[in-house]
This record gives sequence, C-alpha cells and structure tokens, in this order.
Amino acid sequence: MSIAVGVIDMGTSNLASVLRGLQAAGLEPTLLRRPWVDGAFGRVVLPGVGTFKAGMEALTRMGLIDPIRRHVQAGRPLLGICLGAQLLMERGTEFGDHAGLGLIPGTVLRLPETPGRRIPHVGWSAIEPDAPWDETLLSSLAAGAFVYFTHSFACVPDAPSHRLAHFTFGPHRAAAAVAVGSATGLQFHPELSSRTGLDILRRLGQF
Amino acid sequence: MSAAVRLIAHMEIKGEHVTKGMRMEGLRRVGAPDALMESYFSQGADELLFTDIVASLYDRRQLLALLEIASRRIFVPVTAGGGVRSMDDFHALLQAGADKVSINTQALRTPDLIGLAARTFGSQCVIVSIQAKKRGDHYEAYVDHARQPTGKDAVAWAMEAENRGAGELLVTAIDQDGVGRGPDLDLLQRMALAVKIPVIAAGGVRGGADIAAIVERTGLDAVAMARALHLDGQTLSAIKAALEARGIATRPADLAGEPS
Repeated sequence: MSIAVGVIDMGTSNLASVLRGLQAAGLEPTLLRRPWVDGAFGRVVLPGVGTFKAGMEALTRMGLIDPIRRHVQAGRPLLGICLGAQLLMERGTEFGDHAGLGLIPGTVLRLPETPGRRIPHVGWSAIEPDAPWDETLLSSLAAGAFVYFTHSFACVPDAPSHRLAHFTFGPHRAAAAVAVGSATGLQFHPELSSRTGLDILRRLGQF
Repeated sequence: MSAAVRLIAHMEIKGEHVTKGMRMEGLRRVGAPDALMESYFSQGADELLFTDIVASLYDRRQLLALLEIASRRIFVPVTAGGGVRSMDDFHALLQAGADKVSINTQALRTPDLIGLAARTFGSQCVIVSIQAKKRGDHYEAYVDHARQPTGKDAVAWAMEAENRGAGELLVTAIDQDGVGRGPDLDLLQRMALAVKIPVIAAGGVRGGADIAAIVERTGLDAVAMARALHLDGQTLSAIKAALEARGIATRPADLAGEPS
C-alpha cells in the first residue's frame, strides 16, 4: 500500500531523483503546481534548487504560499529539501534580502569562508544531533551518519532549539536540519543520500 | 574530519557498452553499464558519472535509457555528459534522471551556455569538464574527447568557468588517462589554487595511495576513477578501507539501496 505525498513542482532540476526516491521509500508522489484542497495530502515535500528569490517567486506565482502555511498550521508534515529547507525561514540573503515562508524564525546566510573548505559545499558530510532525533524524520539515523550536500547557503534559526542537526565546516557548525512543529527542512538531499536518505523518506510516510 | 573524500565511478559509454581507452583513445569494452552501475553503487560509490563518448556523433538514446535505470536504482548523485550542446540537452538529461550535467566542448565554443544553464537549473548541476594536456610549462584545454586542442590555457579556462557559474570542475589529465601511471599532481595543484569551487580530480588515479596523495598535496577531496575500477580489479570498498587506514575519512557503505 502506498502513501500519498504531494511534491511541489518549482521546476526543480533533479525532480526525477526526488520522485524516484519517494517511490523507493514506498510513497506515491503527486506533483503540485497549484493550490490543493486543505488536507488532500497528508504530507508535502518542497524540493528546490536555485536562488532563494526565484524560489519564493515560483511559490507566489503558483499561489502556494498560503496553502503551505495552512498545511503546517494544521500540523501536517512538510519536508523542505535544500532550497526548500531554506524557504521555510523568515529571510534569505542571497542576492539581496528576501522574505521567506516564515515558518521558522531566522535567516539564511552564506557559508562562512573557511580555509581548506570549498564553496559550494559539495559532497558527503556527517551530521550530528543538536536536539533529540526521536519522533523526527531523522529517528532512524545514527549520529555521524553521512549525507549528501550541495549548497552555498545554510539556515541560521534564531532559536538554537530549532536546529535539529548540524555538520561541521572547518571550525563552524552549520545547520543540516531545521524543524519547528510539523515543518522540517533538510539542507542535504535525502533522495541522493543512499540508504540513509531513503530511511528518512520512508519515515516521512509514517508521519 | 566530518567530510568524506568523494569517490566517483566514471563510466564512459559507447553504444551499449562501458568502454575504456588509453589517453582517451583505443577503446576497449569493459562491461554492461547497468550491471556496472549497480556494482559500483553497492560497493559504496559516492557518485556515478556517465560520459557518452559518441553522443556528439550519433544520438543519445542509450544514455537517456541508462539514466532512467539509474534514477530507479541508484540513490547517490548521478552526473551525465558527453556531447551536450544546448539547453535542450541539459533538460533531456535532467528529465531522464541525471542530477548534474557535465559540459566540455560546447562550453568552450559558447561559454555563455555555462551561465545560462547555471541560472536555469542551478549552478550545483553544471559541471564543466576540462581536459588538459601539458604543453611546456602550462596546460592546454582540449575538446572533442581530447582530440582537438583549443589554444586556451586550461587553468585560465577553469577560472573563467568558475566566474561564469560552474558549480564544479572535472579536471582530467589527458596524458595520464587510462595508462595506470598515477595522477598529474602538478595540474591538480594548479587547479586547486586557481578556483574556489570543488574540483574533481581525474586521469590516472590507481587507488588509495594516489587518492591520499591528491588529498594531501592539493587539498582536493573528490576523485573520479575509471580504469582502476573497470580493469585493474580495485573495489571502492577496498579503496575506502585503504584511505581510512591513512586517516582520510570516507563515507561508510550502508548496504546501498536495500531497505532497512
């Protein structure tokens, strides 16, 4: 039996991998390009690549800002991936200051210039818990699990308790996962993170 | 270290076969792409890279069919390239299941394609492939699968590609390719110093010792391998074990693809 999941289609370039990953995790994705009836999808995924500004413009154009907010306010799971995670924040700072969905207080900042680390951060990094992972999408992961990142910006929540996991970038700790209520943002790509990532997507189906 | 060195299995596709040449010439068949991709994924490949080496001459149906298979079975990043000429080519490869696209020849002919693709699909999916050949005290960029010199300095071209929006560079030392003599550390060092974006080292990488030399000498942390995996009996799991023994972090195998 497969579990329905709505996947917002912002013209994301690797949408095929997101859909295949969800299918491999036992979910049945439906692409969303216009507002959906509240409650039609028990869970919604917001994937995304590109710039913060373009992402918000795409959501505005499709009329999806309010449906996303209502989905989360009703306590239904929302999973943002990569840019989709960043859009959950209040503000982005890529090419100027832009308002985000505002589901998580805080901003999106460029990764700090760090000797020996290249930007964009591309590759597999270990993630460590900042808050307990039980009852979250990361519940099946062990601390130190490796996942695949490709990004130059990262979420900086105002409240430390809203950071669920971090990775280290030279001397810095940056957000790998953020969460408030039923909204979770993953800076890394679960659909490209081998079995570890599929476990996260499978967990989404159990929420 | 919380970041793992990135090991990329490179499959050069000609028709229905994975092939491997020496210095990009004299191809021999090494296996079936669908079997090899599954094998490398289950050994713990951190990424897969497909280059269709005849795509610019014929059509690319084989590659698109392979990407469809990969998108269903392979859950690590997959890059596709070879004969990419246009935004339509980018779109077709991404649609079929690629996560990133590599471009070489057309990027040098019409460099605007780099920025256009980066703005449309995100720079994370634009890999500029640079095939470099030593010429006295510098390196020259080649195109058309290392057949055509361009007169362009490979390091200067790397910097231009970065400025135009490339997300990563794939740097192949033509003279080292497929001959099993080790990587060109001088070239890789120059590239590492010239750009800030990730650089994938390719050409001549034989195994753990060569990768350790790349990491230690250049600070680069991504390596593409072909012959070592196809023909020389190296496995990614053994290479990772050798790297761990030298104190270089790798991503542990996670029984890739099998549901827990």
